[in-house]
Parts: sequence; structure tokens; C-alpha cells
Amino acid sequence: MANPITQVTLKNDMKVMLKEIHTAPIISSWLWFRVGSRDEPTGKTGISHWTEHMQFKGTKKFPANKLDKAISREGGSWNASTSHDSTRYYETMPADKIDLVLRLEADRMQNSIFNEKEVASERTVIISEREGSQNEPMFRLGEAVQHYAFRVHPYHHEIIGDVADLRTITRDDLYTHYRRYYVPNNAVLAIAGDFETKSMLKRIKELFERIPKGAAPPRLARPEPEQKGELRFSMEGPGETTFVQLAYHSPNATDPDYFPLQVLDSLLNGASGLSNKTSRLYRALVDNGYAVDVSGWSDASIDPYLYRITITNHPKRKPEETIAVLDAEIKKLQDELINSDEIERAVKQARAVFAYGSENITHQAFWMGYTAMFSTYGWFTTYLNKLAKVTPQDVQRVARKYFQSSSRVIGIYIPKGNGG
Amino acid sequence: MAIPRAKPSLPGPKDIYQVVLSNGITVLARSNFNSPSVSMGGYLPAGAIFESDQKLGLADFVASSLMRGTQTRSFDAIYNELESVGASMGFDSGVHNTSFGGRSLVEDLPLLLKLLSESLQTPTFPKDEIERLRAQLLTGLSIRAQGTSEMADMAFDQMLFDGHPYARPSDGFPETIQSITRKDMREFHRLFFGPRGLVIAIVGAIHPRKAVAEVERVLGGWQVPGQVEAQVLPPHRLIKKTLKRHHTIAGKSQSDLVIGMVGPARKDPEYMSASLGNSVLGQFGMMGRIGDAVREKSGLAYYAYSSLNSGLGPGTWEVNAGVNPANLKNVIDLIGKELRRFVKHGVTKQELTDSQANYIGRLPLSLESNRGVVSAVLNIHRYDLGMDYYQRYEGIVRGTTRADVLEAARKYIDPDRLVIATAGP
Repeated sequence: MANPITQVTLKNDMKVMLKEIHTAPIISSWLWFRVGSRDEPTGKTGISHWTEHMQFKGTKKFPANKLDKAISREGGSWNASTSHDSTRYYETMPADKIDLVLRLEADRMQNSIFNEKEVASERTVIISEREGSQNEPMFRLGEAVQHYAFRVHPYHHEIIGDVADLRTITRDDLYTHYRRYYVPNNAVLAIAGDFETKSMLKRIKELFERIPKGAAPPRLARPEPEQKGELRFSMEGPGETTFVQLAYHSPNATDPDYFPLQVLDSLLNGASGLSNKTSRLYRALVDNGYAVDVSGWSDASIDPYLYRITITNHPKRKPEETIAVLDAEIKKLQDELINSDEIERAVKQARAVFAYGSENITHQAFWMGYTAMFSTYGWFTTYLNKLAKVTPQDVQRVARKYFQSSSRVIGIYIPKGNGG
Repeated sequence: MAIPRAKPSLPGPKDIYQVVLSNGITVLARSNFNSPSVSMGGYLPAGAIFESDQKLGLADFVASSLMRGTQTRSFDAIYNELESVGASMGFDSGVHNTSFGGRSLVEDLPLLLKLLSESLQTPTFPKDEIERLRAQLLTGLSIRAQGTSEMADMAFDQMLFDGHPYARPSDGFPETIQSITRKDMREFHRLFFGPRGLVIAIVGAIHPRKAVAEVERVLGGWQVPGQVEAQVLPPHRLIKKTLKRHHTIAGKSQSDLVIGMVGPARKDPEYMSASLGNSVLGQFGMMGRIGDAVREKSGLAYYAYSSLNSGLGPGTWEVNAGVNPANLKNVIDLIGKELRRFVKHGVTKQELTDSQANYIGRLPLSLESNRGVVSAVLNIHRYDLGMDYYQRYEGIVRGTTRADVLEAARKYIDPDRLVIATAGP
């Protein structure tokens, strides 16, 4: 975090974030668009992710099958992904080859072809991707939990979309989506690595500033009404293992409560990126034989999302017994103040995780663009300070506010044996 | 345009510090002061090769138990020390070795090494912890039984290496995990754990000599006079005709398939030729020729690629794909066609040049993090590649010819003697 960053808005309102890091001859570029599965109306679910796939299918200058080879030939690593809130494309390259990436990204921001035949072939690829995910009980359970948790807000469907829509979305639907959202005023280009800011910015302006600004893309915003009463469901499937997922509605990343909840998460389920064997839920559930595994996580999201806890139930326990033990742990957090050294521990854990991340240039470029999707880069640079300012009273308050059984969803996957 | 300033920093004899302690432990260390963190990793020759068929999964069970309690610390105390400072550590096992790895802020390296040393030297295999772990392993096996890729992989190894240690899953079977006792675990630890053959690499914000001194302090006094030597791997049988097996898992929407054969060991002279050939076949760009035929042109799979898995003994050269059950035959035929083309015509000049450039260009990326460098220096040691391997790497890659690739392809791939494993509905 020591290196300062340069932030510039181009004439077409495209945002550029640059961070010089001269530890290795590598540059990582991340191009972000403010579009994700949350922007998809019913009937078009999965269109953002499918558009992301089509961005690898070529432009006139970089035809399909040539563009992937062009990057690989230079030893680059590249990929893309779609989330609820955003779509991002990254390339990490030897530093002297970065110009290829800039030319490619500037070109495919406006000139992707979306050939009819490629659309047809990608339709079956994505359905195959979904079929692979559906093989996993946890995907099926997570999808259903999300569906129960969001009746109104478009966070309710899986990023990959529903098969009904994957079968009917047309080439023109995809192209319209692309043209609407892939405009410079909806994009953030974040680059970190071994370059000189002045010359890098000059080249970015040459390539990107001439792309015309588009109409401000719409964002779907249908706030989820408050959930009144616990929703609990079970689903059946093959296997011998019972899984439980609990989801509590949690605030978005810019809400002041987000940071006390990060401390709470570290107490309940361990710090992100580390083992969790001394977390409260591991001790209560796994050490005491109610579960064989437990984990928890939340996303830094634009709108309020979910804090989820996933449990692999012990074969000798009923899921209801496990949930009762979990409830007792949550009640403890609501009734008793935690020690301030537990907060210090959470801060030290986060400091270590930040240090591991700073070994990697790709990771540093990611964080610049990622935070720009829901806040500013300051969100990242002040993260440790904000965590350190959390008090035991804050943690108790958010435990009481968000961990209400009346506003949660519980999904239970009941295995029906290996016969299916 | 951007002017690169940093120089490639490839590990080499000048900056990898290597010391063999008096008890036989090899320590490799390299500095990286770009971040206040440190990574360590290593291995010792205590793998599944020593297990009987009846106790399959024993090495794995032992590796998972090492941090469940030592003579001085309980399971909870060990993890409390680690997690309180944001450090992590873990053990794993394979056919040949038990391996370990961890990372921490550099100020906590002494703690990390102390816990490593205790876990290696004085594990107590506490009864309650072992039973808890057994339940976890058994649940892991029932989840494995539902995994199409896991079960296809298992069927593949069983057919390819029938009668050889590589045929056996190192996580065992439910009945073998049930049969393993604490006595078995203690005995395994007593016989096979010791300093001989142990290698540890440390990379991060520490001077190499200091890193070696830290290791010496906690592991330098470890002596195990009766430590059993690593076993020699028996030869594997040759495949005489194409073998097929389908493992049925009901209720699944996708099948996985593995098609392959035996590949070179990492030390074999054909390794680089086979590896570059494999890049063309199923890696380069969007998964090479296989990805192009199965995914890009036919839209039949989300993933379809080939890989070369080379280690101490014979490796595997395999093609993996996840496909709709209705398309299985179609995809198998497409892959078979690509394999025939590959052994008949080899690779084009352009394809080879592309993959060579990719190998050379991506090297700094793989050596960026401390973990990446730990893995690189361990590989140098494990496979006798020479301390200057990464400095000679470009020459080795560029020196590989189309004829070398074709020769390696023909040596290992016979499209009429394949092993084809599938799992799904």
C-alpha cells in the first residue's frame, strides 16, 4: 500500500488507475465494467456472463482464435469473470508486452463481432458449464438459498443464469447488452506494475480516449424489502452428506457496519485466507462433533447482500441439532461483549493477509479496480485502520442487528444415497 | 510506451543459499524484501508408497494428524498460535513424500518453524482428535464418491497403473480409513519420519543465513537412527490395448472423462519436448488443439484440455473434459482424432514457436510470489535440475525442436492403446 496511485478520468469519462511497482518486470491490467448479473431482467438471466464469453470471440483486428494466441505467445496470463455487480477482464504480462493488451482491450470495448455461429457454439458451452456446477450439491443449495433470500432484488439469480434463458437469449440480445454497457464512461482501467506513469497514461489516452462516450447505462435497482420471518427449506439430491447453508442479510461494502461485521466474521469463522480452526463456530460445531466443516463469507457488494455460513454436517447429527448449537454461539455474541484483544487479533490477521497480497502485482491491480466498483481506492487503503477502530460494543450491536433468525434463510441439502 | 525498469530476477546459484545440516536436512533459502512476509515449504520421504493395501490412506491420515496435538501443545493451542498472527501451515502426502508448507509475516517465522518442528518430531495422535479427523476423512470420501472428475481420475489411475503404487488413491477407501489405528499411525511416524531426505525452502524478507540458522535451531538436533530408506518404485505394466471403464454416479447432469497414457518422469530427457508438445495439444491459448476442437469449434464442453503430470516416477499424459452425458462418445472420438493427428504430424513450426515464447514469457509470473519461488527451488532440488536451471531455462526451451516433440509424442502416445475412464450418469 506504500506506493501511491494515479487516478485520471479521460475526456470520455473512462476512469484510469495506475500504480507503479518495480519489483518484477511484470504489468497487470484489469478492465472493469459496471455490469453484472444484477443488471439482468427475468428472461435475460446469464446475459452478462455470456457477453463476457463473447468478448473472447474476436474483433476484425483480433479474430477469434488469434487473440488468445496473441496473449499466450507473449507469456501472458489472462482471463475474465462476471460477478453480481461487475465484469472484469485481466491480463498479466511481461512488462515490455503490455501494449498488446492495451490495443486489444481498446479494440474489444467497441468492435467485438458477436458472430451468430459463435453465439450458438457458446450457448452449449455455457449450458455445459452450468451442468458441471449442478453436479455439486453446494451449488444447488447456494442457488436455492439466494433465490429465497432475494424475491425482488436481482441478486436473486445465479450469475450463470437459468437454463430457460440460456436457451432463448439471442445474438441481438447479447449485442445490445454489449453496446449498452461496454462504453468508456462505464469502465475502469486499473494497471499495476513495472511502467512509468507518464508514458503509460499517454498511451492509454491515445488508445481509449477516442472511444466515444455512450449513454449512461441503466442499473437495475429493486431494493429487497425487509424479510419478515425465517425462511427454511430442504432439498434432496444424490450423495451421503448433509449440507446446511444459512444466510443473513448483511449491509453493503460502504455501510459503516461493514467493518464491525468483518471483525465478527473473523471471530465466528476465521479470517479470510487463513485456516479457521480456532474460530468460534469451528470450536462449537466441529470440535464438538456436530459438523465436519464450517465456513462463512460475505461479498463486498453495492447493495446489501448476504453473510453466509456453510456447514458440512456430521453424519451422526441431525441438521437441527447443529443449527441449535450455532444459534447458541450467535446468542453469546449478542449477549456478551467480546474482548478488545480479539479485535487486535483480527487486525493482525488482516495485516498478514495484506502482506501476502502485496507479493503479487496481479493482486494489487485487482484491488484498485475492485474497490472502484463499489467505493473508492481509499476503502482499501484505510481498511486496516477502520478495522482497528471497531469496538466490542460495535461488534455486539451488529451481531444483534444482522444475526436475527427472523431475517435469515436456512437451506438443508438432504442426501438420498448413492443411488440418486 | 512504458519503459520497463525492473530486471528479471531468476533464482540462481548466486542467490539461492543451500546448506545441508549435520543431520541430513537440506535447507534452501532466498531473500525477497519486497513484502514483509515469508513462505516456507518442503518435504520428506514418508509417502503412501510405504502403506499396505489394507491400510491405504495411512500416510495421508498421519499427515493430517501431525498438527492435531504434540507433546507440548494441543490442537487448539497450535492453531491458536498460528491464526492469532495470521500465519498458516499445513501438511499433505503423496505417493513418495509427506510435504508441508506455510507462510507468515517475517516477524513470526520463528513461531512457524517451531510449530513445524514440533509437528514433525513429537506428534501425539490424541485419541479424540484422531476420531474427529476420521469422521472428516470419511465424509471427504463420501463427497469424493459423488464427484465425477474425482471418480473418473481414480478409474483412470487404476487402469493405467494396475498393480503399481500409482494405481492407489492416496486418500484411501472408507474401509481402509476405518481400519487404521493410532498404533498404525505412531508406527508409521516412528519408521518413516526423520531428518534424512528432508528438504525445506524458505523465501521472503529474511537474509538466507538467518533463515538457515532458524531451521538449524529447531530441527538441527533431530536424530532418527532407524529412519527407513525410501523405497524403489517397481516398474509398471504396459498397456496392450485400449482400456475403457465407466463409473456410474446417478443423478448427475455432467460426465467427466479422462483419456490418456503414461507420460515421462520429470527427470526423463524427453520431459521438455513432451511438455511443449502438450502445450500445443491441450494448453496454449484457449486449451490448445483439444480446446479448439471440443470447446471452440463444437461447443461440446466448458473445459477440455490436456496435461502432463510428471514427478519422480512415470507420469501421466492425459486429456480431461466435462461434457453432457449425451455427448460423451462424440467428444471421445474428437479427442482420439486429435491424438492421431498429433502423433502423425507433430506440431507446426508456428505452434512450437508460440509455445516456446509462452514458456519463456510466463516464467517471471510464476516466480513472482514467495510461494512460487519456494516451489521453484524445491523443484530444482527434487529433480536435480541444477541451481542455474532457471537461468538456462530459455536455452532449454528454445533448443527443443519439432523433431524432438514428434519423437516424444510417438514414444508416449499410441492412439490404439489408450486408457479411457468416464464417470457420470
